[in-house]
Amino acid sequence: MITVKDLTKKYARTTAVDQISFSVEKGQIVGFLGPNGAGKTTTMRMLTCFLPPTSGTAMVAGIDVLEQPLEVKKRIGYLPEAPPLYQEMETNAYLKFVGNLKGLRGTELGQRVDYVIERCAIGDVRTKLLGKLSKGYRQRVGLAQAIIHNPDVLILDEPTAGLDPKQINETRDLIRSLAGDHTIILSTHILPEVEQTCQQVIIINRGKLVATDSVHNLQNRARGAESVLVEVANRYGVLDIASVQRRLEQIPATARVVPKQTRENLCTFEIETSAKDGFKRADIARAVVESGWDLNELRPAAVSLEEVFLQLTKAEGAETLASAKGAQ
Amino acid sequence: MRNVWTIYRKELNSYFVSPIAYILLLMFALVFGFFFWNALGMFVYYGIESQMRGQMYPMNVNEQVIRPLLSNISVVGLFFIPMITMRLFAEEKRNGTIELLATSPIRDAEVIVGKWLAAVTLYASMLLCTALNFSFLFRYGNPDWKPLAIGYLGLLLQAGALLAVGTFISSLTRNQIIAGAVTFGVCLLLWVLEWVSGYETAMWARVLAYMSVITHYESFGKGVLATKDAIYYVTLIFLGLFLTARSMESLRWRS
Repeated sequence: MITVKDLTKKYARTTAVDQISFSVEKGQIVGFLGPNGAGKTTTMRMLTCFLPPTSGTAMVAGIDVLEQPLEVKKRIGYLPEAPPLYQEMETNAYLKFVGNLKGLRGTELGQRVDYVIERCAIGDVRTKLLGKLSKGYRQRVGLAQAIIHNPDVLILDEPTAGLDPKQINETRDLIRSLAGDHTIILSTHILPEVEQTCQQVIIINRGKLVATDSVHNLQNRARGAESVLVEVANRYGVLDIASVQRRLEQIPATARVVPKQTRENLCTFEIETSAKDGFKRADIARAVVESGWDLNELRPAAVSLEEVFLQLTKAEGAETLASAKGAQ
Repeated sequence: MRNVWTIYRKELNSYFVSPIAYILLLMFALVFGFFFWNALGMFVYYGIESQMRGQMYPMNVNEQVIRPLLSNISVVGLFFIPMITMRLFAEEKRNGTIELLATSPIRDAEVIVGKWLAAVTLYASMLLCTALNFSFLFRYGNPDWKPLAIGYLGLLLQAGALLAVGTFISSLTRNQIIAGAVTFGVCLLLWVLEWVSGYETAMWARVLAYMSVITHYESFGKGVLATKDAIYYVTLIFLGLFLTARSMESLRWRS
């Protein structure tokens, strides 16, 4: 749905976006992740035809943003970082105005306005002035205007910035529910947001593409190999950690077993595998149970994206970080 | 065309939903009301005086009341034009709503023309207030309506040109005060350029005087429809709107 190739944006002195390439499939939610000033907003503005790229191409639904901007704009719904609201307008009138701008007229416009008001749950503020709305409502009206013309692609610049936790959850639910009908790109510097909402992540730092992959793969990749956490207990008395460790090490494809967080009759082991395709988890379960211990928990040791992100973005900042540490 | 209408309606709404339009109309009506009252008082005074002296001076409502009043309107309008145009683009830029317009499937030209037409409409409704005053002249006197109509046309063209200049200046900044102040300065200059013709007849002075908006109003004020003066105003309108379009485009390249 979106194809970006060698996209570059240069300002007088700085290069905001440097040869970024990625593509997004139809119906996906993609997280655009990066620290502040990484070039997320600039990239989004190029996709929405607000800024022309210095070089490279961006295609939305097969249409080039430079060649046919009007056609691209018809297919894109855009929520900038600050929702573009007219303070002195009422919600209803505002949505009608935006609908008009996007080419909707007559009964179709009325239907779409009613639909987005219901979808974004802003019926309560239908006749209120936009200037008087709370931050959460402003954001939702912003989303409503972005989807009013039922665009193929939705581009959301930090859609949850400045909201309280409850509003953040509501907004994420709303965004997730919009996927499928729309292809969504959302930018954020909040990592859990990507983990919770997105299927694919594009990480950029200082204008450069650092990684692009599915959330799942990225977590694995940072880990190097898959590992599992096993909690073993002995309900009859003291758990002999050493013998459990020995038993676990016998399981095929085990590289290392690290006991963690010990209590008298309870221990969690982190098992790393050397095999590419990971463990047969059933082997672990059987090993534990057959030896007469209780298996309380068996789960993949998920790395948070936070760690992935730090690992990936650290590479470039490593020198400055090292020198900063040296100074201390 | 439909997009121009959409923008035009929204702009007109934001003038007339907020107090902006009403305050401008009120102040304009107040100021012009005083001018009108004053001019009429003078006219009546001269009329009585000429009767008392027994000399019948030729009295003419068109020449002695309407014509000077029409030029008064254009002076007063000069102060109001910056207030009409200063928010047009500066406010959109400050609020970030310019991003909505720039990412919607409409052309820059449609946005610009829509906004400018709304500004012209607000100015026209101010002129309508003055027409109310003049209507009294028709009730109690017998003035010629044609010079008045042509005078109004001239005022509208002149304001259209200055509003286009103001629209352009508003697109250069995100600060309304700056937009207003610069517009006022430029309009005033365009106004007084004509003064150089008073003491200088060299080529440069004639060019400067030609550039002045007031030079081209004279014929309209007299009730003469002069094509070359109309062309001057229309050219200035196009120039102002064209520069606005360039400025909107450069916004994208710099940003």
